[in-house]
Amino acid sequence: MLKRLIVIIVALVMWFSSPDVRAQVWNSHGMIGAQQPPQTGPAPPRDMTGTWDAGGAGIAPRGSPTAPLTPWGEKKISTYKPGDGPRAPSVIGEINDPLSTMCDPAGFPRNLLFELRPFQVVQTSNQVLMLYMFEKRFRTIWTDGRALPKDPDPRWYGYSVGRWEDDSTFVVDTIGLDEKTWLDNAGNPHSNDMRVEERYHRVNMGTMELTVTINDPTAYTKPWVGRNKLALRLIPSNVDLMEMICSGTEAQEYKKNMGK
Amino acid sequence: MKNLMLGRVLVIASLLMMGGAPLDAHHGAASFDTTKELTLQGTVTEWIWANPHCFLKFDAKDDTGTVRNWVVETGNPTDISRSGYARLSFKPGDKVTVTLQPVKSGAPVGRIRSVLLPNGEKLGQQAPAPRAGAPPQN
Repeated sequence: MLKRLIVIIVALVMWFSSPDVRAQVWNSHGMIGAQQPPQTGPAPPRDMTGTWDAGGAGIAPRGSPTAPLTPWGEKKISTYKPGDGPRAPSVIGEINDPLSTMCDPAGFPRNLLFELRPFQVVQTSNQVLMLYMFEKRFRTIWTDGRALPKDPDPRWYGYSVGRWEDDSTFVVDTIGLDEKTWLDNAGNPHSNDMRVEERYHRVNMGTMELTVTINDPTAYTKPWVGRNKLALRLIPSNVDLMEMICSGTEAQEYKKNMGK
Repeated sequence: MKNLMLGRVLVIASLLMMGGAPLDAHHGAASFDTTKELTLQGTVTEWIWANPHCFLKFDAKDDTGTVRNWVVETGNPTDISRSGYARLSFKPGDKVTVTLQPVKSGAPVGRIRSVLLPNGEKLGQQAPAPRAGAPPQN
């Protein structure tokens, strides 16, 4: 009897002291990676699996320094009243950002250029899935060798294909992006013709760099870089992230109260 | 005398925020008067814990003794939870001292610089977000 009791107690102690039980983190705001020493060991080849966080640099509230706009781009931006940047109106109620006032989807690549909160990468045999904390949305990046579609119907998050350029660099091309979305929080515009390249370079086990290049000859006079080697830190795999969802009713309430 | 003081504007400080608007401003950075800061004593009427930004509503008397219902925002739940704010930080009836930056329009609207709670605890601006290694792009 005593022997059985000792076995049960030892088992319970072992269970409670195991890392998975001890270190469960609920409702985290992310940014945990920045508080821990980086894992500097080598990363597994062709693997981005895990949850990544850019910390405060991911938020980028002021918008991006872009290439000059074309006349088409100037016309497009002239109706935008963003929450920040040089075009921000002096009354909150006049802001017409479809994301912050209506909770339209951020769309791609705004979800990388503004409010890039922690995101999880999942790899399957023919896809890389990116699961974003902000908006709780996901993207599918096909890795089965398919070509991008010809003349696709525009989507909020476009059509993406990815390939490993080498063992530590994953390159994604995306087209078919609906021009009703903004590129950032300063209201920089884009056209349906935009093509976006993402380069994920895994430096080591704990760090990855993201570079995003915008190529939209209809809206901009030349390609420009929206994220230049943005550092992403691997955060512990057992972290449960907070919900950070734009709700239409909540946004309406905010505008009603603050928009005076 | 004490009642007269209650809710009065205690401090109007200028030349503040020379370093630019904080992170919690990016849904309306240009609407706030960055040269002013007010400290008001009042009574909480509502605390909204929501996106895009949380906001506190409270009644406070102005210089003329008129009670106005103020609406003051802070950041989103994700960011301000790092600074000690929580869904249950305030309840209607709480007596608070709010230091705020008002909007330019003169409406009783602003953003929170700090809030002194009845128990003496002080909640501030949201903490600056830590960086993941590289300098921020903005």
